[in-house]
Amino acid sequence: MYILNTADDQQAMLQAIGAASLESLFKMLPAEVRLQQDLNLPPALGELELTAHMAQLAAANRGAGEMVSFLGGGSYDHFVPALVDFVASRSEFYTAYTPYQAEASQGSLQAFFEYQTLITQLTGMDVSNASLYDGGSAAAEAVLMAIGATRRSGRVVVAASVHPEYRQILGTYLANLDVELHTVGTPQGTLAVADLAAALTPQTACVLVQHPNFFGCLEDMQALSDAAHKVGALLIVAVDPISLGVLKRPGEYGADIVVAEGQSLGTPLSFGGPFLGIMACREQFLRRMPGRLIGQTVDRRGRCCFVLTLQTREQHIRREKATSNICTNQGLLALRATVYLSAMGPQGLRQVAELCLQKSHYALGVLQATGLKPAFDRPMFKEFVVRAPGRDVQALIESGTAQGLFAGIPLGRWYPELSDALLVAVTEQRTKAQIDRLAQLWK
Amino acid sequence: MRNDLCCNLLFDLSRPGLTGAQLPECDVPPQPLNALLPAAALAAAPLPLPEVAEPDLVRHFVNLSTQNMSVDTHFYPLGSCTMKYNPKRNERLAGLPGIIDLHPYQPESSLQGMLALLHASQEMLGEIAGLPAVSLQPAAGAHGEMTALLVAAAYFRDRQDRRSVVLIPDGAHGTNPASAAMAGFRTEPVRSTPEGLIDLDDLAAKLNTQVAVMMITNPNTLGIFEQRIRKITEMLHSVGALVYLDGANMNAIVGVARPGDFGADMMHFNPHKTFSGPHGGGGPGAGPIAVRSDLAPFLPTPLVVRRGEGFALDYDRPKSIGRVRSFFGNTGVLVRMYCYLRTLGPQGLRRVAENAVLNANYLLARVKSLLNVPHGDRCMHEFVASAARLKAETGASAMDVAKRLLDYGYHAPTVYFPLTVKEALMIEPTESESKTTLDAFAETLAQILQEPAETLHDAPHNTRVSRPDEVRAAREPILKWQG
Repeated sequence: MYILNTADDQQAMLQAIGAASLESLFKMLPAEVRLQQDLNLPPALGELELTAHMAQLAAANRGAGEMVSFLGGGSYDHFVPALVDFVASRSEFYTAYTPYQAEASQGSLQAFFEYQTLITQLTGMDVSNASLYDGGSAAAEAVLMAIGATRRSGRVVVAASVHPEYRQILGTYLANLDVELHTVGTPQGTLAVADLAAALTPQTACVLVQHPNFFGCLEDMQALSDAAHKVGALLIVAVDPISLGVLKRPGEYGADIVVAEGQSLGTPLSFGGPFLGIMACREQFLRRMPGRLIGQTVDRRGRCCFVLTLQTREQHIRREKATSNICTNQGLLALRATVYLSAMGPQGLRQVAELCLQKSHYALGVLQATGLKPAFDRPMFKEFVVRAPGRDVQALIESGTAQGLFAGIPLGRWYPELSDALLVAVTEQRTKAQIDRLAQLWK
Repeated sequence: MRNDLCCNLLFDLSRPGLTGAQLPECDVPPQPLNALLPAAALAAAPLPLPEVAEPDLVRHFVNLSTQNMSVDTHFYPLGSCTMKYNPKRNERLAGLPGIIDLHPYQPESSLQGMLALLHASQEMLGEIAGLPAVSLQPAAGAHGEMTALLVAAAYFRDRQDRRSVVLIPDGAHGTNPASAAMAGFRTEPVRSTPEGLIDLDDLAAKLNTQVAVMMITNPNTLGIFEQRIRKITEMLHSVGALVYLDGANMNAIVGVARPGDFGADMMHFNPHKTFSGPHGGGGPGAGPIAVRSDLAPFLPTPLVVRRGEGFALDYDRPKSIGRVRSFFGNTGVLVRMYCYLRTLGPQGLRRVAENAVLNANYLLARVKSLLNVPHGDRCMHEFVASAARLKAETGASAMDVAKRLLDYGYHAPTVYFPLTVKEALMIEPTESESKTTLDAFAETLAQILQEPAETLHDAPHNTRVSRPDEVRAAREPILKWQG
């Protein structure tokens, strides 16, 4: 499949090469490394058979289209306007590669420049890169950036209310570097300023906080920011981009580096990826930023245009001294976020955020009425933790699934003290009737 | 047909009061905002995002898309990037409900189709690699490199064997040394011979028990297969070091040779190259890794395993390095890879390698009469030509040739890489191009090389922009709309 040479073409080409056969083209490979038989793989399928096979696999899953989903935890069932799919399915975008040749890539370059602008508008930060892999690895990259910028490699402080997988990634990234990863507990659901202050040392490079955090709770960002800066540590905050429709922008409470999982901005759930790693920072850290950056310039005729810039930070120039090993970004997902944000505009994003806020509070209310207890007494945005004392959480999740509901995420895997608790997310897509059905499940 | 609408920035289209969004009324009893959230947490002003209506957005982005070259519109012989055709069935199937709308934390009982697909993907990659243990988690090739080096570090730590050095041939991709540095290793280069192969004497001189890993690209970045690969891997194994294969060039050997069989202990795949995932304007890719079975305990968590009648995600892996990415991985890219592997089957995959190598050798045969190809008459899936002679004779550089190709509707080859070839033009046609296209490309190249140096130096002439001032872009960076 997908090969355009006919048998006659092949013969003519071999003749031009001066080779006797296709086989002889591989004479560079010593006989002992040649595979002597076919790979042991399933046989080829035609398009009809493959389509039927994939339909069968899809039918063995139950997606958010079929279910009523209250699952979040960093991956959300937000509405994706048709416009986003339409633009992202233009194959001039999706079958192009990294825009090294600026003249042949002005479409992607301008779209990524617009993306960078939108992210700075959203976060209130000075500069944004053209995206990283996902929110979790972006958080780890931000920590490496902070260690470099502060020249402090003593300690990195992270709140236990940061997504457990982000913390795990951070642990993996730091495993072979000489840095202590210090986690501060959050038994009340948020990071207490006094607990943070006690964990900070003069050699602390940065503090990583999530806001709203993994439990959905709002952190006291101004106080945490002040505490971090008091010892000269940088504040890295992982945000939910949708929340910025109503919440104060990180630039306004002194964040030094902002990261986010950008999936909420027009990217489907897709079993966790590909997603979008957002990263923005203050101007002074620009040259330490990992990933692609697009800059505006002029061409030889004086026309405004766009190029990859500040490439001396990157691996193909700096090799082992690069700011990161990152080569690709998540171009197509950055494009989706660009279309999403421009379609929403300030009013649309605010409406989405307010719908999440109202509906999640309504959901918490009706779940409380069934006897569930909020785990934390903290302001929350679109997600919350409820405890079900004396109830079999696992059995309820299963019974919910059977009734077409994904009721929430059990937290015991990451927080043993919350083994009777569920994380429940409510997006703008959930209706009052669906939320009432969730409450019915617990009655 | 002239259309300059794309020159407008999104922000120039903004008019107060317009929007492309249409959201439902709130159907739960609304509460005042300040009753739900503390005033200090709330935004004081509306976001400064642009306000644009849907029809304007469509025209804007569609016009922008026409400012790209892409695989679907142009021949894109960008060396090392394997810009092959991206099958449309894969796009459709990856978007099926039940595939695209799965949440990473939904119950495993509701994911059995997806887990079956991912498990089969692990097994197929293990078979293609000749290395049975596979993690699908890394998000890109470079991410896979780093992950494998973290696996190596954990393996040596587990054996209480302290090793700090990663050896890297001088022609390697820049990601190799950068990944090694991120994994906490010191890198040492290994020289190439004039023939473009690893210099075994230099390797022997650098080999000791401090060496943890050697990263090898095979076929290498010159498009040459390291014929003494067995000898090289034996040398590394004799000091207890591991061999990492950078799988960027698997398109040349898939189904023909397996890295595990020639002594590699770990490798990554680039599904967006070898297995037809679209490049997306620079991502998403994916970077699954395959390793020897005794390295399996150190792979990232979770892996997909068989459990009872079905499949499960295995999180109980005490020696694992942990995680390099949230959730499972770049699943959407892996689904396209799966569709591609199932479409081709074992014989089809072998034909991919055969025709990728045939196309590259045919183009090499035509190009070598036009430009010097320093590393021989034969290649694997790509070759590197040098414009050094042209530059000396006329002043026109590899970049000038690359830019002039754009005028004729060809995407430029990779230029100035590998670093070991002067004025390098790295050309990879892939298997999904016809002899007709290759002939037309070679004829255009011949024509370009006859043109006056000034014509090349000022190229491209037919594109909307030409030779952006990169120095200015870097000196005074403008990274967002200036308002």
